[in-house]
Amino acid sequence: MSKVLGYRRPYFDTQPPLLYPGYRSTIKRAPSKPLVVLPHTISEVTGPMFGSGDIGPNDHDLTAQHEGAPVGERIVVSGRLLDDNAKPIANALIEMWQANSAGRYRHDIDDHDAPLDPNFTGAGRVLTGADGEYRFVTIKPAAYPWRNHYNAWRPAHLHFSLFGLGLVQRLVTQMYFPGDPLLPYDPMYNSIPDDKARERLISHFDWERTIPDIALAYRFDMVLRGREQTPMETSRS
Amino acid sequence: MSLLTTPSQTVGPYLRIGFLPLVTDTIAPPGTPGERFTIRGRMSDGDGTPINDGALEIWQADAKGRYAHPEDGQKTAAGNAFRGFGRILTDGDGAFHFTTIKPGPVAGPDGKQQAPHLMVTLFMRGMLKHLITRMYFPDEPLNQTDPVLQRVPADRRATLVAAGSGKSTLEWNIVSQGPAETVFFDL
Repeated sequence: MSKVLGYRRPYFDTQPPLLYPGYRSTIKRAPSKPLVVLPHTISEVTGPMFGSGDIGPNDHDLTAQHEGAPVGERIVVSGRLLDDNAKPIANALIEMWQANSAGRYRHDIDDHDAPLDPNFTGAGRVLTGADGEYRFVTIKPAAYPWRNHYNAWRPAHLHFSLFGLGLVQRLVTQMYFPGDPLLPYDPMYNSIPDDKARERLISHFDWERTIPDIALAYRFDMVLRGREQTPMETSRS
Repeated sequence: MSLLTTPSQTVGPYLRIGFLPLVTDTIAPPGTPGERFTIRGRMSDGDGTPINDGALEIWQADAKGRYAHPEDGQKTAAGNAFRGFGRILTDGDGAFHFTTIKPGPVAGPDGKQQAPHLMVTLFMRGMLKHLITRMYFPDEPLNQTDPVLQRVPADRRATLVAAGSGKSTLEWNIVSQGPAETVFFDL
């Protein structure tokens, strides 16, 4: 039986805490007891694998999923999926969902007074390529109010769900846009203690990937946990 | 080389939009070898309020203890269509159910066998990071020596074992906070 090589744990303060009272819903939902630390066994380092059969032809292009074009500013969002050893993660499923250009989600419980767009569902899926690269075409979502506190507005964002190559790499996150004036007021964004880690969630304007006369572009690289370099590393603490 | 990892953010209340394509209550399609079980339960918060906007993801080995993943040195048998993955959304009452087969034991740390278990990942509004837990089966002698259960304080182990001894429908509830809180793991 081969020994399982574990994954590195995130650096101190680079992930949000479970209880963060500024985000009110954490108060009654976050666990109150300490988590039990698990060694990484075959159950944790494996996870569901996906292939091209899981993806439809227009899944990466959220502007091409209906009869007409959605209203809004077309954008390309692309980047690479890497682990923290800078190794590309290929053939990994990325799910993405978002509000429309008026800040409304196509969901029963979203009652924000903003129009739905019959030509926009707001969901996409891609598999990463050999270098971990991915690309979506979509429209820029708008900010929307969310009642967490007085006059609370979420900055414009895309939701990303990443599977990586095993359960330990599973990550759900959000991508923000550069220069958004709402970021300093957003409890979600501010829940991450470390400045540099927080800034990882802000995409960069990407002139080279714009489509002339068609769409602007943003670059968003995502980094998942990588393997421990040596099995000794864990016993040194 | 060491890059800073991307921080987690909540799935929020509208996860269904992005999560829908992989939703299924059938983890093991009919005909998958193994003992079949239906698992029913409910997710609730620190006040006992149902979590009606949550999602569970199940990951498990097949009946012979093999994961459908290249890293499992035992390799999944050719032609085995059992992926071992499924995603379930909770309903308006916080309830969920799914059907699967009992996995075989898999290798644990130090060569010790692990008792059959499902890996369960939970997503919901109000959770800035997802939660990870495990579901074990009743009537399973290996539960007594399982290396992961041994790490859990004895008085909390029962939160990880489904109820329904001798039955094919098991009950397993998830409580996110409080005295009856389910054990969650730090991977």
